[in-house]
Amino acid sequence: MSALAVMLLVPTAAAIALALAPGGVFAALINVGASLATLAASLVVLADRPAPTELWLIDDLNAYLIVLTAFVMTTTAVFSGGYMGHEVAAGRLSAGALRTYHALYQALNAAMLLAMAANNVGLLWVAIEAATLITVIMVSLYRTREAIEAAWKYFILASVGIALALFGTVLVYLAAQPVIGGGLEAMAWTVLQARAAGFSPAVLDLAFVFLLVGYGTKVGLAPVHAWLPDAHAEGPTPMSAVLSGLLLNVALYALLRFKMVLAGSRAAGTPGPLMIGLGLVSLLFAGLMLYRRRDLKRFFAYSSIEHMGIMTFAFGIGGGLANFAGLFHMAAHSLAKSSIFFAVGGISQVKGTREIAALSGLTASHPALGWGLVLAVVAIAGAPPFGLFTSEFLIVSSSFAHAPALTAVFMLGLLVGFAALVLRVQHIAFGAATPSHAGTAHQATTVVPLYTHVGLVLIAGLWLPAPLAGWFAAIARLLG
Amino acid sequence: MRPGLAALDYDVAHLSGALVLLAAFGLIYQRRLPGMINLFALQSAALGSAAAWQAWVQDASQLYVTAAIVWSLKAGAVPLGLHWLIHRLQTTRAVETVIGIGPTMLAAVALVALAIVLVTPIGADRSALTREELALALSVILLGLLIMITRRHAVSQVIGFMCIENGVTLAVVGVKGMPLVVEMSVAFSVMVACILFGIFFFHIRERFDTLDLHFLESFRGEDR
Repeated sequence: MSALAVMLLVPTAAAIALALAPGGVFAALINVGASLATLAASLVVLADRPAPTELWLIDDLNAYLIVLTAFVMTTTAVFSGGYMGHEVAAGRLSAGALRTYHALYQALNAAMLLAMAANNVGLLWVAIEAATLITVIMVSLYRTREAIEAAWKYFILASVGIALALFGTVLVYLAAQPVIGGGLEAMAWTVLQARAAGFSPAVLDLAFVFLLVGYGTKVGLAPVHAWLPDAHAEGPTPMSAVLSGLLLNVALYALLRFKMVLAGSRAAGTPGPLMIGLGLVSLLFAGLMLYRRRDLKRFFAYSSIEHMGIMTFAFGIGGGLANFAGLFHMAAHSLAKSSIFFAVGGISQVKGTREIAALSGLTASHPALGWGLVLAVVAIAGAPPFGLFTSEFLIVSSSFAHAPALTAVFMLGLLVGFAALVLRVQHIAFGAATPSHAGTAHQATTVVPLYTHVGLVLIAGLWLPAPLAGWFAAIARLLG
Repeated sequence: MRPGLAALDYDVAHLSGALVLLAAFGLIYQRRLPGMINLFALQSAALGSAAAWQAWVQDASQLYVTAAIVWSLKAGAVPLGLHWLIHRLQTTRAVETVIGIGPTMLAAVALVALAIVLVTPIGADRSALTREELALALSVILLGLLIMITRRHAVSQVIGFMCIENGVTLAVVGVKGMPLVVEMSVAFSVMVACILFGIFFFHIRERFDTLDLHFLESFRGEDR
């Protein structure tokens, strides 16, 4: 059996096993073990890349995202072990709900990896649809009024988005069919990219608009983002970490693939301006909305919209440097944002609240968590020496040559978001300490993944190994 | 294509496609939930016929499977399930719309015009059939969106969503040689989605004592 098959089958099998087996401590261990095995398999896939087949494709672009996904799923599984155990112990979740959660966690792992390893636009769509349905159930896990409302909103908006994306996919097939002929061939990324020059540009234009609105809903771009803050706030925190860090990336990956198809056709000029526009709107809107947030998880959910806007803007600008920066930003944001949610999860458990106003002086009362949050927020705000500074700096410098006026707007958006983050974290981390929830100490399962991620983002900002940089540059050229 | 039947091909394909669109207009006009469900069943039946006709015209046997799935699931199981649900939940039968039926109808006509304008550039290198099928499909999708926007009841929102799905399926059917695997998996995910919708109705009902979703307008999470 190939490593690719192992990578996809391990989480699938684990999901089934976790759904059938009784819960308890072992479920959390199985969850971590299965994620680790998947990570190991993904590393083998990366090292020994299989040749593309009719259904599967591993190339530079998705190999890096697959490893990133498997890695963050593993660290989040460690965090989730402690966090969800505490939720059950505190009586907020039933043992049955925990069992559902663990099974869904691995199912989500399988769905995201399937979406990225697929060499077929239809299979990609089905995998993203599956991931959406899985996360809808996860959001509704707490069964409170707010959780049900958030899950319904997510369900409806994401379903409509996904349906529009399917229409866009059908249109791409319609464009490909006269050139390639029918069948699975006309849905394979490899074939679509190679023969895009002959596709009708009018059909591709229309297709991309639907794909952008459809998958853009899943990315969380501004006019169609409404589900994102609620879903992040009401779902279990490990799911928020995975949703922000990974699932948004998967949807963006789908858009990038379609952009690559268009880049080789006569409709190459279409995606750029559209992506720049949506990216800027998301960045500015989310930056302003950050100031009005009172709930800590909602606050960082808006920050995710902001960062997805930054990436979309970078890919919209295009060209080697901006694409490089966009890809680098995807990885750095994944790591930084999930580490923030680890910290937020830990904080909400030791303090018993997520109200920003009720949180203060964390560095004094809980140094490990408090300083971890400070570091992660400094990283996400794009301050040096962290990796996100590097990518944002590259985006600004590459877009300045392309469109100085847009760059000014972009920088304004960055500053607005930066100020909001600094303002809030200053209040939460420093000042007089608020009382803690009795009987809860922070857990090693929170702190270790938190500092691991922050450390990686720091290393990425200080020193990017030459082979890795060369590799990013190679993908950037692929993107066109 | 079978010889001698070219004109008939067009007419029947248009007829079934137009029936799907007509049913979408009916959904916009209809206020009562049982009526909406029946219209949705009618729309799905017309869609199934469109698939079966294309299967015969294109000699594509996999489209018969699509037709069978549409007839049994969307025209059969889903409407029956929805009827059972509204009976079981004893929900209100008449649905309030956000804006009146008249303006909504005007908006619907404008959307159909928009759909036709959007697909006009296509077709220089393509048969007229595909282009018109595409215009019909896009119209149905846009009308489905309109239904979702203008209805407040959870069940009617779901019907709007499935109207969008029907529009997408109409497009799939009109394009030659779309692989069956994709349609099967799409049908499967729609089925899972429907089951989830059903479960959610019970949860929403349990938490809010209503399926009228006006509460979502006031819900901004923290800004209550």
